[in-house]
Amino acid sequence: MSKQPGRSSVISMSVGVGLATGLYGISFGALATAAGLTVWQTQVLSLLMFSGGSQFAVIGVLAASGPIGVVPAIISAWLLGIRNGFYALRLNSVLHLTGLIKLLAAQLTIDESNAVSASQDSPKNSKLGFWLTGASVFVFWNAFTLVGALLGSAMSDPSVWGLDAAAAAAFLGLVWPRLKHLQANLTALIAIALTLMLVPILPSGIPVIVGAPIAVVLIYVLKRTAIGKHLQGDQHG
Amino acid sequence: MGSFWIAIIIGSIAVYSWKILGFALPKRFAEKEEVVTFAGKLTVALLAALTAVQTFAVGQSLVLDSRLPALTVAALLYWRKAPFIVAVAAAALVAALLRNVLGWA
Repeated sequence: MSKQPGRSSVISMSVGVGLATGLYGISFGALATAAGLTVWQTQVLSLLMFSGGSQFAVIGVLAASGPIGVVPAIISAWLLGIRNGFYALRLNSVLHLTGLIKLLAAQLTIDESNAVSASQDSPKNSKLGFWLTGASVFVFWNAFTLVGALLGSAMSDPSVWGLDAAAAAAFLGLVWPRLKHLQANLTALIAIALTLMLVPILPSGIPVIVGAPIAVVLIYVLKRTAIGKHLQGDQHG
Repeated sequence: MGSFWIAIIIGSIAVYSWKILGFALPKRFAEKEEVVTFAGKLTVALLAALTAVQTFAVGQSLVLDSRLPALTVAALLYWRKAPFIVAVAAAALVAALLRNVLGWA
């Protein structure tokens, strides 16, 4: 424990993370308008949903399926949002909030605000890191969403500009930092194989929300077999 | 257009429901290791599945087109620790070049 609480380093880390994350907002905004959303719809999605993975899922499914993709889009976003619930559980025991302020904290509960908060060594900096990172990601993410949406709506055919490939690269970029363990890699591979097998059979949008949960179940089954021994000590996949 | 608003509003409420649930549950739930690992696995599985569909699917068919080389370039860039926005832009550029210059699908 250092004597100085390192307040200024928390501030610079929070704003730095906010700016870096916010920049992705450009790609989100451009891809959302390419998927057929208006600039307004794109902006409201960033303001209300405010969770990158879920937002990319909504526009990815809507781009592929159109209006019939509404239900799978909602379910994909919802399933991807589950991890925020676990961040909220952790933050609830760190922030000690009561009353309506919890509603605001909940909205700012995302990968980045939780990660910065969790990396601090004092409760005070942990709180500061959460609020400052959450607020700066919110501001930058929404501002850059608008920039991207305005740029994207100026383009006519998204596939000519390679925006469909950009959406694939965006999902890869979101999963990449999580592929650190054998178990995570195996989960990803099984999910990919199952989902692609389901593509010709099920309506568009559905293979992801069926294939991915089945892959997770299969991983738990595998862990109980002989192969499970090789996956031990690999808890955070 | 109206149906997209439904996806946006209901989807946002659905995502928010997890966040508010976390703040509403008793604090002892935060210590359950299995719960945290489950969320991690589901996230990996969903994002990997979304990457695959976005790369290979056109409606209900699987195809190989310019998206695969574009994704490969993005993967190389992530591997070299390039920033997200650089890899995403590079993927768009590769696919656009293959389509407009080489005439690929």
